[in-house]
Amino acid sequence: MYRYDEFDRTLVKERVAQFRGQVARRVAGELTEDEFRPLRLMNGLYLQLHAYMLRVAVPYGTLSSRQMRMLAHIARTYDKGYGHFTTRQNIQYNWPRLGEVPDILDDLASVEMHAIQTSGNCIRNVTSDQYAGAIAEEIEDPRPWAELIRQWSTFHPEFSYLPRKFKIAVTGSPHDRAAVKVHDIGLDLVKSEAGEIGFRVHVGGGQGRTPMIAMTIREFLPKAELLAYLEAVMRTYNRLGRRDNLFKARIKILVHETGQEKFRAMVDEEYALMQGESPIEVPPEEVARIVAYFAPPAFERLPDADPATDRLAAEDRDFAAWLRRNVKAHRAPGYAIVDISLKPIGGVPGDATADQMDLVADLAETLSFDELRVTHEQNLVLPHVRKRDLPELWRRLKAAGLATPNMGLASDIIACPGLDYCNLANARSIPIAQKLSERLADQALQEDLGELKIKISGCINACGHHHVGHIGILGVDRKGTEYYQISLGGSADENTSLGEILGPSFTEDDAVEVVDKILGLYRELRENGESFLQCYRRVGARPFKERIYGAH
Amino acid sequence: MALIRHGLPAREDFAAVGSEDALPEGAVIVPFARYRAEREALLARNAPLGVRIEPGERVEELSDDLPRLAVIALAFPQFKDGRAFSSARLLRERLGYKGEIRAVGNVLRDQIFFMSRVGFTAFEVEKDKDAAAFAETMAEFSQVYQPSSDRRPTVLALRQGARMAAE
Amino acid sequence: MAKAELPQALTANRLGDGEVVYRTPAGAWSARFAEAAVFGTKADAEKALADAEADVAARRVVAVYLFDVVPGPNGPSPRETREVIRAKGPTVRLDLGKQAGNSAEHGARAS
Repeated sequence: MYRYDEFDRTLVKERVAQFRGQVARRVAGELTEDEFRPLRLMNGLYLQLHAYMLRVAVPYGTLSSRQMRMLAHIARTYDKGYGHFTTRQNIQYNWPRLGEVPDILDDLASVEMHAIQTSGNCIRNVTSDQYAGAIAEEIEDPRPWAELIRQWSTFHPEFSYLPRKFKIAVTGSPHDRAAVKVHDIGLDLVKSEAGEIGFRVHVGGGQGRTPMIAMTIREFLPKAELLAYLEAVMRTYNRLGRRDNLFKARIKILVHETGQEKFRAMVDEEYALMQGESPIEVPPEEVARIVAYFAPPAFERLPDADPATDRLAAEDRDFAAWLRRNVKAHRAPGYAIVDISLKPIGGVPGDATADQMDLVADLAETLSFDELRVTHEQNLVLPHVRKRDLPELWRRLKAAGLATPNMGLASDIIACPGLDYCNLANARSIPIAQKLSERLADQALQEDLGELKIKISGCINACGHHHVGHIGILGVDRKGTEYYQISLGGSADENTSLGEILGPSFTEDDAVEVVDKILGLYRELRENGESFLQCYRRVGARPFKERIYGAH
Repeated sequence: MALIRHGLPAREDFAAVGSEDALPEGAVIVPFARYRAEREALLARNAPLGVRIEPGERVEELSDDLPRLAVIALAFPQFKDGRAFSSARLLRERLGYKGEIRAVGNVLRDQIFFMSRVGFTAFEVEKDKDAAAFAETMAEFSQVYQPSSDRRPTVLALRQGARMAAE
Repeated sequence: MAKAELPQALTANRLGDGEVVYRTPAGAWSARFAEAAVFGTKADAEKALADAEADVAARRVVAVYLFDVVPGPNGPSPRETREVIRAKGPTVRLDLGKQAGNSAEHGARAS
């Protein structure tokens, strides 16, 4: 994985020093809260319901064991012994003190991490496929390009005061695990007919109160042109994005109001004009330098099957379930990708204790070439595990409550922090996730229900991705009481779709019953092993509406 | 209110004139709309002339007149309206403007580094203390990743230089 | 028909650690809702809000605002779920926040 050179290191250290100065000015009274707020937000520091909250970036979701140990250390030293992995490959600490945040940032900088641009109207932490560099189907590892975007977008002088926040996702696989079409810019690595690899560029996707699917404005962008082309998109947005209405300020509104063809032409015109000015050019040697950091680890030559692992799978149903759900095929024979579930039955989605983080760091160091991934579905991944190590790994994960075999199943629920922590929330998200997880806990039931993505947001900002949940749940406030609106049929993969609202909202307890009924109807209606989403796409919303609300 | 020009405290030598105000003697900065309406008369005056551009206005429309303008004042009605960052870069890089680009309005100390990177050379800051901290704020970052109007060598260029030297 | 106005209390977050605090009858700040002053009239509430600006200026607290409370047999309680959660802590972690009696203590300092 990428390692900072002296330049990267210097910049992150200078940012910490700058922020330390900003905090000092705030405490000394040189800055009012109104003046300080944008400064602290640009460094990921919020004031939430109970305390400050610090959001730390895990760029494109890749971590080393050393970095994970530092995250544990911070949880223990400055916070309350845990952290929350978010839906954007970040980790949040819920209880830091203002005066100690610069110290936290110093500690992070010592392991090449930061909170730069994890909030504010700037280019946010770039996200990617959690299986990058490990999955067999991959066209090319997207992370070198994500790292290049990270550097380019860090302290960009022209694009740090955009109309609104800006999120970029990159994937290198045909199966999209990075939800690129619901990002401001989504990039797919694709192979042209001539065999050249480049980017397909999607612009104007997003969730929030006006969910939209991105439009494709470039079918094939040569890799060498990536940053210059991104600058053209950003400049078009910075100049023309709406600033009169906060709710219409995202690029999705500009793109959809302008129209695909016209927006594409505007970007192309800007891109053409930029040539001959000072477009950002990345020397091939620099690309090669970054790519080299992401070279595959030294995999051993192994037979693909491991007899001891297969034997245990035959004897132990729990191990077999874990293999079935949490272990994915690796591109190297004899290796596997292991998902670590942060969704224990009845637990808080995405939360991990400092001890769990330390354990995972140890496992990564000894069993996965020192590499870890963080997923936007709020789980962790050990990307390169020898199959023969799976039994030992499973036992150790299980002892720490990290082996729930539910990846992609009903209890693998995404939930934002909601009203238990968040200042913007209208309703709690975590308790309904917990109740659903307990209701659907039975492993046989979950496996029978098959792939199912339940996503819960506590407000219209949609941090819990409810618009793209197969079953989406949105918390709303009705006269001081929490209600939940249910939508069906959303998806964030390469066939992205937005969920359709089922009807009037429910109380928390009723919402759990309604989800149960929806799943019951799915089991009645499914044909030929259809997944929930396939079934819904075939039969439509009507039978579900009739079952829940009656025929009229 | 304090003016900084080329990194130093400077005396205000331009009068900011509104759209209806009578024109005083000497150097003035006028709103873009007034400039359009009174262009001939304004250019015929024997005094330095500046134009104030609001964020939604297009600097490209001034391109033919740029050599005759001493100051382009780019307005920040609110600090968070970042359109002028693009306007400044376009003035420098696309339109070749060589005169003063001045940041006016809600200009914060913590934005000055980025402003100077995109081509601003003068800053009207609201607090005297922020003006005093100019050198400090400009020294907060010693490296930059992106090429911009300030032509600072980027980290990419420095790495490339180091590679060439090593060969 | 206009609803009768509810009594209100005044809350903020401490600048230094973000802790939720309440304005007391003596004009100080307490981390305990039970010690909050309850203002029976709009005028009293607005006056307390205006007075609190001095503590904002003095960098003691940030984000000051009024919220509705409802009288009850065991004393007043916040009307909205949001304020109930602020007064106690996360409903999903009863070991954290004011409800656990440890909200301002954690990390290295608590040990």
